[in-house]
Amino acid sequence: MNIVVCIKQVPDTTEIKLNPETGTMIREGVPSIMNPDDKGGLEMALELKDQYGAHITVITMGPAQADQILREAFAMGVDRAILLTDRKFAGADTLATSNALAGALKILDYDLIITGRQAIDGDTAQVGPQVAEHLDLPQVTYVENLQFKAPKTFTIKKATEEGYQTVEVDAPCVVTVLASANHPRYMSVSGIVTAYQREVEIWGFDNIKVDENKLGLKGSPTRVAKSFTKGGKMAGQLYEVDAKEAVGIIVNKLKDKFIV
Amino acid sequence: MDFTLTKEQTLFLQMIREFAEKEVKPLAAEVDEDERFPEETVRKMAKLGIMGIPFPTKYGGAGGDNILYSMAVEELSRMCGTTGVVVSAHTSLCVAPIYEHGTEDQKQKYLPKLCSGKWLGAFGLTEPNAGTDASAQQTTATLDGDEYVINGSKIFITNAFYADVYVVMAMTDKSLGTRGISAFIVEKGTPGFSFGKKEKKLGIRGSATCELIFENCRIPKENLLGKIGGGFGVAMKTLDGGRIGIAAQALGIAQGAMDETVKYVKERKQFGKPIGQFQNTQFQLADLSTKIEAARWLVRVAAFKKDRGIPYSVDAARAKLFASETSMEVTVKAVQFHGGYGYTREYPVERMMRDAKITEIYEGTSEVQRMVIGATLLK
Repeated sequence: MNIVVCIKQVPDTTEIKLNPETGTMIREGVPSIMNPDDKGGLEMALELKDQYGAHITVITMGPAQADQILREAFAMGVDRAILLTDRKFAGADTLATSNALAGALKILDYDLIITGRQAIDGDTAQVGPQVAEHLDLPQVTYVENLQFKAPKTFTIKKATEEGYQTVEVDAPCVVTVLASANHPRYMSVSGIVTAYQREVEIWGFDNIKVDENKLGLKGSPTRVAKSFTKGGKMAGQLYEVDAKEAVGIIVNKLKDKFIV
Repeated sequence: MDFTLTKEQTLFLQMIREFAEKEVKPLAAEVDEDERFPEETVRKMAKLGIMGIPFPTKYGGAGGDNILYSMAVEELSRMCGTTGVVVSAHTSLCVAPIYEHGTEDQKQKYLPKLCSGKWLGAFGLTEPNAGTDASAQQTTATLDGDEYVINGSKIFITNAFYADVYVVMAMTDKSLGTRGISAFIVEKGTPGFSFGKKEKKLGIRGSATCELIFENCRIPKENLLGKIGGGFGVAMKTLDGGRIGIAAQALGIAQGAMDETVKYVKERKQFGKPIGQFQNTQFQLADLSTKIEAARWLVRVAAFKKDRGIPYSVDAARAKLFASETSMEVTVKAVQFHGGYGYTREYPVERMMRDAKITEIYEGTSEVQRMVIGATLLK
């Protein structure tokens, strides 16, 4: 089985600081991590490899320092890593990003493409589904659990707003995975020791056959009109009451806000 | 000269810190309180290769080095002194002497199981009457046909009972003094080899510390480790390496206590402001953090030299002496900063203070380290 996992390097939002005057994120000194949903997707791929044997490729689009999460992926057990990087990819919104990724994926062999549900810096949840559309593949989003059924079927439990849905889909397909699907493994010591001795393939514009106008800033229809820091939340009110009284208070509050 | 961490070291710290935070910290108070050996943590560490960090992959090791190993012991000990010493005793006192002094057959037989953590290791040198004066060994090993027959006992053995393999010192010829001591590999379950009482300790209470008893314990003569009469040398070299591990453990405990204290003095208010805003607090913390950082680099220099085959006995002795005494000082002051709360088990600093004390005692007391350093100066 050939699996390609799309991953992204994101700022660790638990440590994010905003410039109060400009409202922009202070990037200096903020550690970068592998996006949590993507890490869940990578663990899903590694579990399939453990159970059935698989060749796993990870691919990321980003600047040179995104190399770090590819090394981390090596240390977790992937077989191949590709860094998609080019000035022509810069300034990409989700559409331009998915165009570039899909261009690269067309060159690769895959039975299963895994992405995280969404990245914690953009929270759009668009790139995975867009990749599936570009490649004209079936897609299952918000995946909590995936089981392989030979010869080429996946039984997938996906989260919905109401609960869960179980679906079956044949390879090749795209799934977008939730971080809550599993507990990603730690990097192994021997994987860490050899992570920087292995080759991360650098792919640029010339490697993928995608129209330049569909990439980077040129290929991005999204325009950010304004960014601002969300106002702080007001201090909450604390009631120390029994359950019955609490229900009444909550219902009244919801009525006040016209929620019920 | 370059003091920056390599990319591999940075990645390793990312992993080991996450592991220590998520897997080790939540159990630290419990293994101390219940005096429980953290077997589940050892299994998790084994899976990741933490039980064989500085050994080559051809023997099942992770192919890392002693700097990574010292970082592992430091970060584990930052959360739990017990977990740190389990790894240190296994790696430095059992796997290392077999790797450094074993025959190819012994390496093939023992290292893959030890490095993978399938087997745990321990080391037996100390006896009731042979502590700092390790040459006064009373345990004997007598050749009888194709076997050595071991008689005697060892005390204060870290990882005892849980360990599968023991590197044990015994007298093969009393008339030769230290040159009559030899090292042996003894497997758990060998008839005549049993365990005595488990010690009740002040600190590192989750680590198993027991007596080893040998009563006509027969082991194959191939289990002689190193040369006949070379055991004292094996033991001393082993302890040189072990001191890097214990120094790293002491350093980790000190850093853990410092982390807790910094957090506490920012929150704890007295006289209308956080106690961290008093200059007395800041000055004391400044001094302690300086010592911790100095200890860290003493540990890394010793590990660096060991990795490069440069003599490092004195460096290891300095690292252990300074890190352990710093650890004691930092943890005692951490309790003081926490006031009455620090004296209770609500906060981890009293455990850290109890754990720190042993680092001034085992694998060579502070006095022994001073002897090693002093003797070298006057050589």
